[in-house]
Amino acid sequence: MGSHGIRDQVAIVGMGCTPFAEHWDKGLDDLIVDACTDTFRSAGVDKDDIDAYWFGTAQSGMSGITLARPLQLRNKPVTRVENYCTTGSEALRAAAYAVASGAYDVAMAVGAEKVKDSGFQGLNAMNPPGDGTARTLTAAAMFSMVAPAYGQKYGVDEETMADVLATIAVKNHHNGARNPRAQFRREITKETALKSPRLAGSLGVFDCAGVADGAAAAILVRAEDALHYTDKPLYIKALSFAAGSGSGLIDPGYDYTHFPECEAAAADAYRQAGITDPRRQLAMAEVHDCFTPTELVLMEDLGFAPRGTAWKEVLAGTFALDGDLPVNPDGGLKSFGHPVGASGLRMFFECWLQLRHDAPADRQIATTDRGLAMTHNLGGYPGEMVSFVSVVGADLG
Amino acid sequence: MPVVRPPTLPVGSVAVRGIISAAGYVPYRRLSRTGISAFMGSGGGQGTRAVASHDEDTTTLGAEAARLALRGVPAAVPDSLWFATSSPAYLDKTNATAVAGALRLPADVGAYDFGGALRSGIGCLVTALCGTGTTLVVSADQRDGLPGGADEAAGGDAGAAVLVGDGPGVVAELVATASATDEFTDRWRAPGEGVSKLWEERFGENRYLQLGQDSFARALKAAGLEVADVGRAVVTGMHGRAVGALRKKLSLSESAQCDDLTGSVGQCGAAHPLLVLSSVLEELASDPSIEPGTVVVVMHLADGADAVVLRTTSALAQWQPPRPVSRQIAQGAELPYAKFLAWRGQLKPEPPRRPEPARVSSTAAHRNVEWKFGFVGSRDRTSGAVHLPPSRISMEGGAVDDMEPVGMADVAGTVVTFTIDRLAYSPSPPIVFAIVDFDGGGRYPVELTDVDPAEVQVGTRVEMTFRRLFSADGIHDYFWKARPLRRGGAD
Repeated sequence: MGSHGIRDQVAIVGMGCTPFAEHWDKGLDDLIVDACTDTFRSAGVDKDDIDAYWFGTAQSGMSGITLARPLQLRNKPVTRVENYCTTGSEALRAAAYAVASGAYDVAMAVGAEKVKDSGFQGLNAMNPPGDGTARTLTAAAMFSMVAPAYGQKYGVDEETMADVLATIAVKNHHNGARNPRAQFRREITKETALKSPRLAGSLGVFDCAGVADGAAAAILVRAEDALHYTDKPLYIKALSFAAGSGSGLIDPGYDYTHFPECEAAAADAYRQAGITDPRRQLAMAEVHDCFTPTELVLMEDLGFAPRGTAWKEVLAGTFALDGDLPVNPDGGLKSFGHPVGASGLRMFFECWLQLRHDAPADRQIATTDRGLAMTHNLGGYPGEMVSFVSVVGADLG
Repeated sequence: MPVVRPPTLPVGSVAVRGIISAAGYVPYRRLSRTGISAFMGSGGGQGTRAVASHDEDTTTLGAEAARLALRGVPAAVPDSLWFATSSPAYLDKTNATAVAGALRLPADVGAYDFGGALRSGIGCLVTALCGTGTTLVVSADQRDGLPGGADEAAGGDAGAAVLVGDGPGVVAELVATASATDEFTDRWRAPGEGVSKLWEERFGENRYLQLGQDSFARALKAAGLEVADVGRAVVTGMHGRAVGALRKKLSLSESAQCDDLTGSVGQCGAAHPLLVLSSVLEELASDPSIEPGTVVVVMHLADGADAVVLRTTSALAQWQPPRPVSRQIAQGAELPYAKFLAWRGQLKPEPPRRPEPARVSSTAAHRNVEWKFGFVGSRDRTSGAVHLPPSRISMEGGAVDDMEPVGMADVAGTVVTFTIDRLAYSPSPPIVFAIVDFDGGGRYPVELTDVDPAEVQVGTRVEMTFRRLFSADGIHDYFWKARPLRRGGAD
């Protein structure tokens, strides 16, 4: 028994990502075709070269047919995966393991979501029939309980906490403004963030992720085959996943200042990748900033700052584009937008651009000599969460 | 038919039949009648009326009253539950079953609705008193009128429950009843209509005066009592003018007159006689200077007149009503008239732009009936960890199928943290939501109700309350919310 990981066994050799936006003129099929066409081109292959597909979508379709039909794949093994907001990451994890197992030579992970056809703001889960006792609270409300709990535990007053959260929003908009694929490309001021209408608890509009349509994809091969496809592959160093038991919701011991599922996933990933000091060994991190307090707490869960200190690091600019450890250099969920099934793969896409030095000059990070990048993707709520962590690297070994 | 009980029956004898416990439930919100005239330019009046929350209906009002009535007598288990309302949440489907579910009554307790007419509440009480066995009579009503009209202002919302049975626990024994029935059309409402229509007022007043005097006289005669023997007289009915006139005609002593709650709660239809009776018994129980043996007459005017003569027993002094009606009245909070109109469907505010919830699965609800209706979780026998909802495998230690049911509906709790959700779907946004830790163990994230967002704090004490979360496809979603324990509210 044990989580052994597949360090350096599998490589990403091609990626694509559509702009994340309110694509009123594009359906799910268009987004899939756009992202996949770019990805095939990126790896220099066509659809028939792919031996197996994993397709992640939370709610935009069911079964592998949702991918097979628009791409006109004939009798390929196509599997639909869903795991809340980590759906895209799960598609990649499955494809990577399939390649590592030797079952397939070339596998593709595709994530796509058409969110903006619902006619409602925000994300809306389609729940199975139930007894009517399930919570109907929004994700914003569940995550809004984190900020006051954190402030109370670590003695951060409300005004300072608001400043910290606004700093995160400003940073992610700053980064997104330099990303042509991002949903929101306008920098904001702290004042704008602080004065925005409140949606849940103390969280305002600018504390929440953008809601967008989009798709992203990756092609994976065995590490030893990678250079046949590209001279700059990304090697998978770690893939970890943790599903909570949901007991945080009913356990009087849980205090809403940390996400145990994320801590567990990070610990496993660091062990797989041999990382002992993530703050200094990682060139960058893409993290699941669904709400600004989520990003704050993740800085501690992922080991970038000791407990109770991330708020100071945020104010010090540690996680800014030019900081010690750039976090969400692509703008994150906050300004890149969050098409659920695509977001996990979008995070890999930023690692792909940054570690290969393909990012636009005005957001290229300066830390790439560290050679490693992380993606962190979560789904659910405080107390009832799934969490994914990956580490990818530009070099073997 | 009048029933006569010899007034010489020894108090405390096992043969005594009467009321074992009673309780009213007055919802938290009050509409100030001056607020109606301020908004409409006319109508309204003085005083307040009680208003059921947007998440309450007659079933939940009745369930809350029944919980209070049974809380005072923990050992009592009714043989049957009767539920009477003029505004049922369901037709065809019995509403009393949901009340029984909230009370966790055993399956062998019959639960029956007596619906439709304003006379059904007093009818249930009289029938139970004159019958056998232990019967929990529950009545609740929500009274509506058109905006600015007299019924809207005079009506009220409340629940009441009276436990009727035999034995030494009887706090008010039945002495006599008398009914007078008459077919005439004074107030009527076609099925599906939300508000009553009325004949010219003087006609009803004339009929009710005659019927009331007749039944009152016959009840006293059957009881072998004089008017001067009446210690408290409860006179109720939707015809306010007739009620007032009858009260004068009966030549009651000044001390026998009691507050009929129309100035504070409003006239609560079928439930009203039971509500006022509960209030009177609570008042008598709380005053040690009043000797047992006080004669209480309940008169209700609805398509006739019913009179019930009761006499308090020595057991009344030991009876401890958990939350007297007078205290609930004092703890009410004002509701703006516009909000009242919205809650009653008379004004349609912009809904939140979120999908409305899907209808409840009948099969899933039935499988989880103890959890959904009774708020029963499970407790791991080994670790003691409380699971809400119940779980087969423990979150602490992982024991499998080693749980015992744990009823949490009557356990108070404390707000650990909370939030205000301005986005989520609610019939009356915003949602106030809290993480609640229960006394003695257990945590549940739950919506708060009967609350102003500004009053919630970490540490706020709360209790559970049975509510209707929403309705879809005509199916009501009953479940529990938490609400602040009000001053003096710790039972």
